[in-house]
Amino acid sequence: MRPVIQVSGVRKTYGPTVAVDEVSFEVNDGEIFGLIGPNGAGKTTTMECIEGLRTPDRGSIAVLGLDPFRQVYKLQDRIGVQLQQAQLQKRIKVWEAVDLWASLYQKKAIDGEQLLEQLGLTDKRNAWFMNLSGGQKQRLFIALALINDPEVVFLDELTTGLDPQSRRAIWDLVRGIRERGKTVFLTTHLMEEAERLCDRVAIIEHGRIIDIDRPDKLVDRHCPERTVVLTTNDPVAEDRFRAIPGVETVNCADSRFTIHGRGDDLVTDVIHCLSENSIRVTDFRTILPNLEDVFLKLTGHSIRE
Amino acid sequence: MMLCGLWKLTWIEIKIFLREPLGAFGTIGFPVLVFIVLGRVAGRRLEPASLAASSFIRVGLPVLASVLIAISAVLSLITIISIYREGGILKRLRATPLRPQTILTAHVIVKLLLTAATLALMVLAGKRYYPIGVHVPLFSFTIALLISTWSILSIGFLIASIVPTARFAQPIGAVIMYPMIAVSGLFVPIESLPPVLHAVARVLPLGYAVPLLQGIWNGDAWSAHVGDVAALAVVFVVCTALSAKVFRWE
Repeated sequence: MRPVIQVSGVRKTYGPTVAVDEVSFEVNDGEIFGLIGPNGAGKTTTMECIEGLRTPDRGSIAVLGLDPFRQVYKLQDRIGVQLQQAQLQKRIKVWEAVDLWASLYQKKAIDGEQLLEQLGLTDKRNAWFMNLSGGQKQRLFIALALINDPEVVFLDELTTGLDPQSRRAIWDLVRGIRERGKTVFLTTHLMEEAERLCDRVAIIEHGRIIDIDRPDKLVDRHCPERTVVLTTNDPVAEDRFRAIPGVETVNCADSRFTIHGRGDDLVTDVIHCLSENSIRVTDFRTILPNLEDVFLKLTGHSIRE
Repeated sequence: MMLCGLWKLTWIEIKIFLREPLGAFGTIGFPVLVFIVLGRVAGRRLEPASLAASSFIRVGLPVLASVLIAISAVLSLITIISIYREGGILKRLRATPLRPQTILTAHVIVKLLLTAATLALMVLAGKRYYPIGVHVPLFSFTIALLISTWSILSIGFLIASIVPTARFAQPIGAVIMYPMIAVSGLFVPIESLPPVLHAVARVLPLGYAVPLLQGIWNGDAWSAHVGDVAALAVVFVVCTALSAKVFRWE
């Protein structure tokens, strides 16, 4: 099947600053694809080139088989967009915004009232935009991005500035979009968000894509280390642990052991070793690497820096 | 289809404007207040028989008030455009199939309607409170004022294209717009201005809007003002073309 979004060799500069350089990737039908990286890495520029809001200096982009530069109106009719840090008129009412947006698309809009209900905004339909909370504003922007029943939905830093509870609620909404058969393209600098939400992610830094894959595959590829932390008083434990294949280091402080090793089998092997040698433990946990560690490994610094 | 979006956007912008706490009063009320208060003061102070006084009350002041109406509409346009740009509202609207021109057209329509409404209020108030009453070819004068406003709005767009932030929009707009009244021929005939100011007056739309408004208010035929209308149209075309080049959406 043809990819929904094809980006190849895109470069965009602002004066002497190279915002995006040689960026290429494809987004498949029906997946949630995430572009992840720190602020200023080129996520928004890339997304806005795909949406037709910016023109790349070089490279080619196709969305739903359309050229976002030459066929921008045709494209905008079929996609839904949520922009980073966008605002609406302060005193526009929620229902007015939805009604206005519904009138802008050639395609038959979906029922606005039903959409507001799904997004939990029904009791705010007469409220002014300026009086909505951050989470309510974001939900309204999701409503506006969905009003034309788009085939691809673009979400730029959707949950930035929201509290954890609103964030989780929004994640559920985004999964709901995928369940309706839409393709979602999102950017985020929150690794947890990418990990929980995205089918595939592209890691971008300094305008270049470093790697693209499923989050778990990226972790396996770049951070195969596993760590088991356990507590035991058994005197033979340390030697037994060192004998496990795949174990690289064993550190012991008081009676607390930290076992580092590689491979998915490490945890099983440790458990096996414990039962075989009848080692009694009073505490046992595993520390698995995540996208945050992948990012650290690939770039040499944390995404928060 | 594009028209549908235009009317809906225009209607919503009108409603939003009326919800502004000071928006409607500040823009509509101020010129009407200037008209009535100055008219009554001038009517009482000046010797009614003096030619200058009667000409000022009969034509000068109504035209001044009309120009103020146009300018406050333009200032409000500059402010709104810059706020919308700074807040990303223009960008958000642009990320829909809505054409950019449609967004700006909606705002021009809102301002023209506002101008017409203010003028109507001024004439109504004038009939009741103005010292000599207001008797004027209202339809023609409305058209003349709308043409003038349209032309001045295009300068407003040019200013809105270049003001750096919303905070400066209103003051920069006021500093550019209000002095234009001084060289408009309203107080001093353009011909008697120093050469430099004379030249300035000749390229500013008010230099043509004021004679047009004065003439129509006095009952002149349109044929006497073809040149003024043509000059206003040229200003409109030039400023619109220029702002199309330099306008920033974000």
